[in-house]
Amino acid sequence: MNCNCGGTAESTKDAALATMLAEYREKPGALIPVLQGAQAIYGYLPETVLAQIAAALHLPLSHVFGVVTFYTQFHLQPRGRHIIRVCLGTACHVRGGAAIFTALQQHLDVNDGETTEDQRFTLESVACIGACGLAPVITINDDTFGRLTPEQLPEILARYA
Amino acid sequence: MGEITKGTVQEQARRIFICAGSGCISSGSRQVADKLQQALDEAGLNQTVPITMTGCHGFCEQGPIVVIAPDDVFYCRVQPEDAVTLVEQHLVQGQLVESLLYRDSQTGERAKSAHDIGFYAKQQRIVLRNCGTIDPEQIDDYLAREGYQGLARALTMTPEAVIEEVKRSGLRGRGGAGFPTGLKWSFAAGAPGEKKYLVCNGDEGDPGAFMDRSLLEGDPHSVIEGMVIAAYAIGAQAGYAYIRAEYPLAIQRMQIAIDQARARGYLGESVMGTDFAFDLQIKAGAGAFVCGEETALLASIEGERGMPRVRPPYPAIKGLWGYPTNINNVETFGSVPYILRAGADAYAAVGTEKSKGTKVFALTGKVKNTGLVEVPMGLSLREIVFGIGEGIQQDRPFKAVQIGGPSGGCLPAALLDVPVDYDSLIAAGAMMGSGGLVVLDDTTCMVDLARFFLSFTQRESCGKCTPCREGTKRMLEILERITQGEGSMDDIIALERLAGVIKSTSLCGLGQTAPNPVLTTLRYFREEYEAHILEERCPAGVCKALTKFAIVPDKCVGCTACARVCPIHCISGAPKKVHTIDRSRCIGCGQCAGKCRFAAVVRA
Ligand SMILES: Cc1cc2nc3c(=O)[nH]c(=O)nc-3n(C[C@H](O)[C@H](O)[C@H](O)COP(=O)(O)O)c2cc1C
Ligand code: FES
Repeated sequence: MNCNCGGTAESTKDAALATMLAEYREKPGALIPVLQGAQAIYGYLPETVLAQIAAALHLPLSHVFGVVTFYTQFHLQPRGRHIIRVCLGTACHVRGGAAIFTALQQHLDVNDGETTEDQRFTLESVACIGACGLAPVITINDDTFGRLTPEQLPEILARYA
Repeated sequence: MGEITKGTVQEQARRIFICAGSGCISSGSRQVADKLQQALDEAGLNQTVPITMTGCHGFCEQGPIVVIAPDDVFYCRVQPEDAVTLVEQHLVQGQLVESLLYRDSQTGERAKSAHDIGFYAKQQRIVLRNCGTIDPEQIDDYLAREGYQGLARALTMTPEAVIEEVKRSGLRGRGGAGFPTGLKWSFAAGAPGEKKYLVCNGDEGDPGAFMDRSLLEGDPHSVIEGMVIAAYAIGAQAGYAYIRAEYPLAIQRMQIAIDQARARGYLGESVMGTDFAFDLQIKAGAGAFVCGEETALLASIEGERGMPRVRPPYPAIKGLWGYPTNINNVETFGSVPYILRAGADAYAAVGTEKSKGTKVFALTGKVKNTGLVEVPMGLSLREIVFGIGEGIQQDRPFKAVQIGGPSGGCLPAALLDVPVDYDSLIAAGAMMGSGGLVVLDDTTCMVDLARFFLSFTQRESCGKCTPCREGTKRMLEILERITQGEGSMDDIIALERLAGVIKSTSLCGLGQTAPNPVLTTLRYFREEYEAHILEERCPAGVCKALTKFAIVPDKCVGCTACARVCPIHCISGAPKKVHTIDRSRCIGCGQCAGKCRFAAVVRA
């Protein structure tokens, strides 16, 4: 029982961050790609990571924070294992996207942007996934589900442990 | 996969094209491909019949789509279970699989190939010509279809002559505003600067639009070729393709295409062996609608918050990191190779006097045939909605088309014959926008739709200028009030006044166009606003606060489904007896109507 996965995983993440920061240090316009990379590594953007990024790119932390909060893609809180995005774009709006969203809210007992207590799902509403021909549409991670009805949802969610 | 394997002439020509656009992938086209490959292996045809994964065919409604050459037989809604039949019956026995052919909803007849289907027959594909017919991950497929020949011709001309050619073609920007492309290039070409940049705008934030996505996924080399031609014309050395992060497949395919183009010398130090050098990289957007606005997009590439800057100076003079920068939309670049290859006159022969060429639309909403369509400019809305789109789902009454997204407007049935070109749409109060075309039927509430767009623009307003930040909020509050049944006629006056101020004083296009959905619905559907305000009634039955439900006694069989689903238990009645809804307690959620299998629950 000398397994130490948690610690090792953290240090590989830190190493990955360090490598990335070294690669981008002198490049112009690096902040957003670096934030995207850091979020891919950690799953979200912890405050300590933001401080490291600010130091490496010679930017005030407030500036980094300002950019992070401007874009919807960046998250300051840990997120669920599976990300559900419900389209509330125009095409989905007129074909019942809101009913899908309400059903998911009720089923998972979370609001827009929140994560379930067991960290299984994060629910987000988005404006257009670009599969409008199949409205109403949701994506779970990289999988797209179209022509949905609320009844189909429990079965689809069950596929994601 | 893309390689054509050697065999007899007839065998060489046999090829299976499977759509791998985002729409068909989500309908399961990858599983269909796996099963088809298995079936080919089992039938011993894997050496002679190659499978090609293509970009979007446009007819997403009918996906997954499989086309088999020769004769381009068009199979739709193909399921993995159909794979064996397709191989056995079509390839081995040489018989059409009737049940998988497209069936015309009017005549009931089966169509053999795409040309026989109304959806395709009225389209004219210039920009999308390769989408669905090539493997977007194979540069050789693109080259086999006259790829990079427009660039080859451009490189034999002077940059000035290239700009002249584009000017003569009449091409206008497809990003929304329709600015003449050649003229824009001449500004950047003429601007002094030791470095110049070229940017491709693939942010496509307009909800209800996926043209740029499909082009990037289906034919990325055409966008790259257009960009290299533009770079040569203006003298840019470096370029960025800004693609929204929500489009991972587009980013992936574009990256593959850039790497291939570089390896073959279409990008890099010496483009096609000349001393012209140009290279390109991708920037993934981070999720903000306003970043589609050109100055905000540039700020975002620089790593800043994507907030628009005051223009002038325009990007052509002072753009990325202060250098002259030319920025065009994906589809604009996608139109350029054809203009250089076939000539300005060929391009200008299509379209109307002031709007040349074709436009790609994302046809969605309550129309029968949803999907991606490319039509000559000037076609009427009627021809698009009722010709290509084949009318409204379930043959319900047509109400309006929403064109141009959050910057555009809603046009009613009376304007169905308006030609779709930049100037006619502006005159009608809408705009071309990026090409989203959402069809609405009688179940769409126009006040609710206006509220929907305002909630979008209000959320996406970057907050830099006051009229947009505060004004959209106030307009949204008023619209919410009206949809709640608490509006007054003064609210309409207030909406119109606010709209005027926001339009004329906002910093960027987001605010300047945000009131358009409200103004067009007020102009063409004023009676719906009045019904909400004066009669506390939502004619389309959408606004929950104004909608109540009732049970038609003749139709109710007493199955109790409605009573069981009602969240506030306001439906009473014994099993097998007629049920009733307590109108005073009904919250109008509509769950009962959704559950009833006898159409006994109606809005009342
Ligand atoms: C709020 C806002 C959003 C925009 N979004 C896009 C977009 O997603 N894609 C695009 O090409 N242009 C968009 N534009 C237009 C761009 O500012 C710019 O005019 C366009 O990219 C120029 O390309 P074109 O000349 O080829 O049309 C947007 C403009 C505004 C004001
Ligand atoms: S509006 Fe929902 S996918 Fe486009």
